[in-house]
Amino acid sequence: MAGPQLIADPAPVDGALPHSVLDGAEERMLSVYLHVPFCRVRCGYCDFNTYTATELRGAKQSDYASEAAAEVAFAGDVLRATGLPDRQASTVFFGGGTPTLLPAADLIRMLSAVRDSIGLAPGAEITTEANPDSVDADYLSALADAGFTRVSFGMQSAVPHVLATLERTHDPDRVPLVVDWARRAGLQVSVDLIYGTPGESLEDWSRSVDAALATGPDHLSAYSLIVEAGTKLARQIKSGLVAQPDEDLQADMYEMVDARLEAAGFSWYEVSNWAKSSEFRSMHNLAYWRSQDWWGIGPGAHSHIGGVRWWNVKHPAAYAGRMSEGLSPGAGRETLSAETRELERILLLARTRDGIPISTLASEARVAVAGLIADDLVNAEAALRGRVELSLRGRLLADAVVRRLTV
Amino acid sequence: MGQWGVSPFPPIKIPEERVSPKAVKALEPAATDPSFIRNFCIIAHIDHGKSTLADRMLGVTGAVADRDMRAQYLDRMDIERERGITIKSQAVRMPWALDGQTYALNMIDTPGHVDFTYEVSRSLAACEGAILLVDAAQGIEAQTLANLYLAMENDLEIIPVLNKIDLPAADPDKYAKEIANLIGGSPDDVLKVSGKTGVGVEELLDRVVERIPHPVGNPDAPARAMIFDSVYDTYRGVITYVRMIDGHLSPRERIQMMSTRAVHELLEIGVSSPEPSPTQGLGVGEVGYLITGVKDVRQSKVGDTVTTALKPSTEALPGYTDPKPMVFSGLYPIDGSDYPVLRDALDKLKLSDASLNYEPETSVALGFGFRCGFLGLLHLEIVTERLEREFNLDLIATAPSVTYEVTTDDKKVVTVTNPSEFPGGKISSVEEPMVKVGILAPKDYVGTIMELCQGRRGTLLGMEYFGEDRVELRYTMPLGEIVFDFFDHLKSRTQGYASLDYEPSGSQTADLVKVDILLQGEQVDAFSAIVHREKAYAYGLLMTERLKKLIPRQQFEVPIQAAIGARIIARESVRAMRKDVLAKCYGGDISRKRKLLEKQKEGKKRMKMVGRVEVPQEAFIAALSGETETKEKK
Repeated sequence: MAGPQLIADPAPVDGALPHSVLDGAEERMLSVYLHVPFCRVRCGYCDFNTYTATELRGAKQSDYASEAAAEVAFAGDVLRATGLPDRQASTVFFGGGTPTLLPAADLIRMLSAVRDSIGLAPGAEITTEANPDSVDADYLSALADAGFTRVSFGMQSAVPHVLATLERTHDPDRVPLVVDWARRAGLQVSVDLIYGTPGESLEDWSRSVDAALATGPDHLSAYSLIVEAGTKLARQIKSGLVAQPDEDLQADMYEMVDARLEAAGFSWYEVSNWAKSSEFRSMHNLAYWRSQDWWGIGPGAHSHIGGVRWWNVKHPAAYAGRMSEGLSPGAGRETLSAETRELERILLLARTRDGIPISTLASEARVAVAGLIADDLVNAEAALRGRVELSLRGRLLADAVVRRLTV
Repeated sequence: MGQWGVSPFPPIKIPEERVSPKAVKALEPAATDPSFIRNFCIIAHIDHGKSTLADRMLGVTGAVADRDMRAQYLDRMDIERERGITIKSQAVRMPWALDGQTYALNMIDTPGHVDFTYEVSRSLAACEGAILLVDAAQGIEAQTLANLYLAMENDLEIIPVLNKIDLPAADPDKYAKEIANLIGGSPDDVLKVSGKTGVGVEELLDRVVERIPHPVGNPDAPARAMIFDSVYDTYRGVITYVRMIDGHLSPRERIQMMSTRAVHELLEIGVSSPEPSPTQGLGVGEVGYLITGVKDVRQSKVGDTVTTALKPSTEALPGYTDPKPMVFSGLYPIDGSDYPVLRDALDKLKLSDASLNYEPETSVALGFGFRCGFLGLLHLEIVTERLEREFNLDLIATAPSVTYEVTTDDKKVVTVTNPSEFPGGKISSVEEPMVKVGILAPKDYVGTIMELCQGRRGTLLGMEYFGEDRVELRYTMPLGEIVFDFFDHLKSRTQGYASLDYEPSGSQTADLVKVDILLQGEQVDAFSAIVHREKAYAYGLLMTERLKKLIPRQQFEVPIQAAIGARIIARESVRAMRKDVLAKCYGGDISRKRKLLEKQKEGKKRMKMVGRVEVPQEAFIAALSGETETKEKK
């Protein structure tokens, strides 16, 4: 993954966690993220840790489910050895890459490993991301039968030229079909959209939003396209082949999707996420924003347990090697100071509808709230009720708000 | 090489006596008969080969042995050697023999630039003759012309010389004619030499002896020596270069500076040949150096008269003035924490540069810095470059300004060297300094030069053809119009062929106003400028457009205005930023997101605040330097 290099400690080979993670563990929920680092082709904008068949250097896609299952078992052992309270997973999320590139049986096998080694809480939310062209009705039924509760489809756009720029290969007409199959299988459905793709007009975006709503989802995510360094798209922009995304247009698009979704009965609960009602919010995503505990399984996956963050080796071959030797796949980790945890808490909670309780803010930050209200970045009524909740303008300027709250 | 370059005055080193291959025995300093002394300088344009010719003379006369020779021997500072220009002059005593008689030739090096006219005039006053050195491929240039006039006014004997005759592009016949037209005489009188190969150099030395008059003075009168240069040396303190007019100076004598009456003990007296060599003193007509142990060149000012404390002269030599700064600019460290380094650096430079002056200044936009006065633009450039190079500073300079005399309606007169000092309220008149400008260029460029000068409020004084194809244009112009970017424009409009010279020429009343630049209603002091009323709008437009491109979008709209007093004359705005949020959390990679936030916060810390507006330092620098236009042109 591109981005700033983290200066961190090496992760211990036995994965042992310090006792500090025990503080407040009773109040935190546990989640499991399972990364599936495979794609049929790499999309031009993507900088996620994923590999196509030719990039695997000997790692086998077919061996992956058992390697991941091994890490799940390892996780269960470490959590118990640390003396953490016995917490079953409240949410499980399969992300990628393209999880649905694996046979349904592989995903089910990994989920079983979680059930066996960590346990699944009653009513646990179990989601997989899915590519519209890599699932069919049987596949989705199999997942539902095995305990999956939710599927998130990478729709991105309904407009062919936008999908082409993104290098997404699916047929947009297939999206309503797969959503329908998922519903019939009894799964909650979310669709993901991307806005601000070079060449995408406000009209194109409007079409995509309408098409997404027409499929009747329970949940919708809309992410602005971010040009990540090192991607093919970044190179195309640098060489002038593709236009730089326009941030003003992206702001217009955000305002449009928010208005359209609110009109359709959805409410935002995180800057990029809307749900038909609060029961359809993604509890897994909220776990991240609320600084809960989660264990990330798989190459390059990130974990957080009680102020300790670590991340796994990135390449599937390196990962397979670690798992075969029974070693922790951790590549590096950092133990957050109290100040850093507080910074993260504000940074993450600020993005959510529930916001930050003002009573939990330091006095400088409380003073800053008045200025944020004056600048229409924070909702005044919510502030009077004791919470920092971003206004529509504030959601678009969330990073600026966070900077002002954490000076 | 150290901060101050290699000292030519190492503590212990007695140079061996050197004798010209043609001289039987060098004449003893301190006891040389004035009739065997020749004092001369070389007048030349940058790049016309003065230093190379001087080096060649040192070699031919045996003053410097071949093994000690280094290119441009006389240019001491790094910066001089690199730019091929001479900032500080020196003097060298060389032996030379003609028809069986040995002579002492004192070659006095002169600064070659327009900003140092006063120093040039003092160097010329120390000589009886001058070599007019002209590049045989380029012909005479404006600065050379100005210095030539100065030399002729001082009644110096001029020896015209064409240099670089070895170059394929040399056209000695054409330029010999040009020179003959200028100074009179026949083109055949113009010597043709090559400093590079040595051709004609011996003949030139012979001619110096034949043509240049020997110095005349009264050996029995109280001592009078004129200071024509004064340099700071790390080991020895100030080295003062003098030309003896009357009387005699001896070692251990107490000397007096006639302008200040300050008395110093003469620790060492000697001649440079070219290494410093102590002597038993200096007599009439001789040129040499004095060391008194003072540490600041301000105590040994160019043009001042040195006499003895015991038997002082009552009449100082004519021509002494205190050169006044003509151009002012604020110098600020880009990193605010470098302010003490800048202060120490200026204090050090001051020791070797009597014409540099400065005082602390604070700018809202740029922080703490110094308002500095310079003799001219090159002086500004050289000082800035030395500060950056020798003291490892990154500096930003505000737009150069000149001195205005502003009279308010209530008859108060305010001297303004910084636009921020411009009085508010009713102004009855503003006086601005004027200069006489000489521009030499191929005749094809006359139209474009005239257009440029008229655009800068110039008045044509005259136009003269030199030779077949070159023209000198003479203008009077406000100095303020030249200090900004006149020279750059002149060079670019004439493909680099034009050369420029200017000299102060009184002042005039003009309709000048101060234009302020405001960001969201807050004045940005570094961008205020005093301009002619007719140009106020253009300046306002230029700066507001520049800033619009440079100021990052904020959470609110930022109006950028140009104003004269309370009246807005131009307006732009930076639209509010609408999106500043990273959409994703990268699959739980919170650390990455936090690092991005921390990086953003770091970036914000480096911003300067103008009211509520965050402005990156680079934006100030770019706006002051005009980078935005340059980029667009590319």
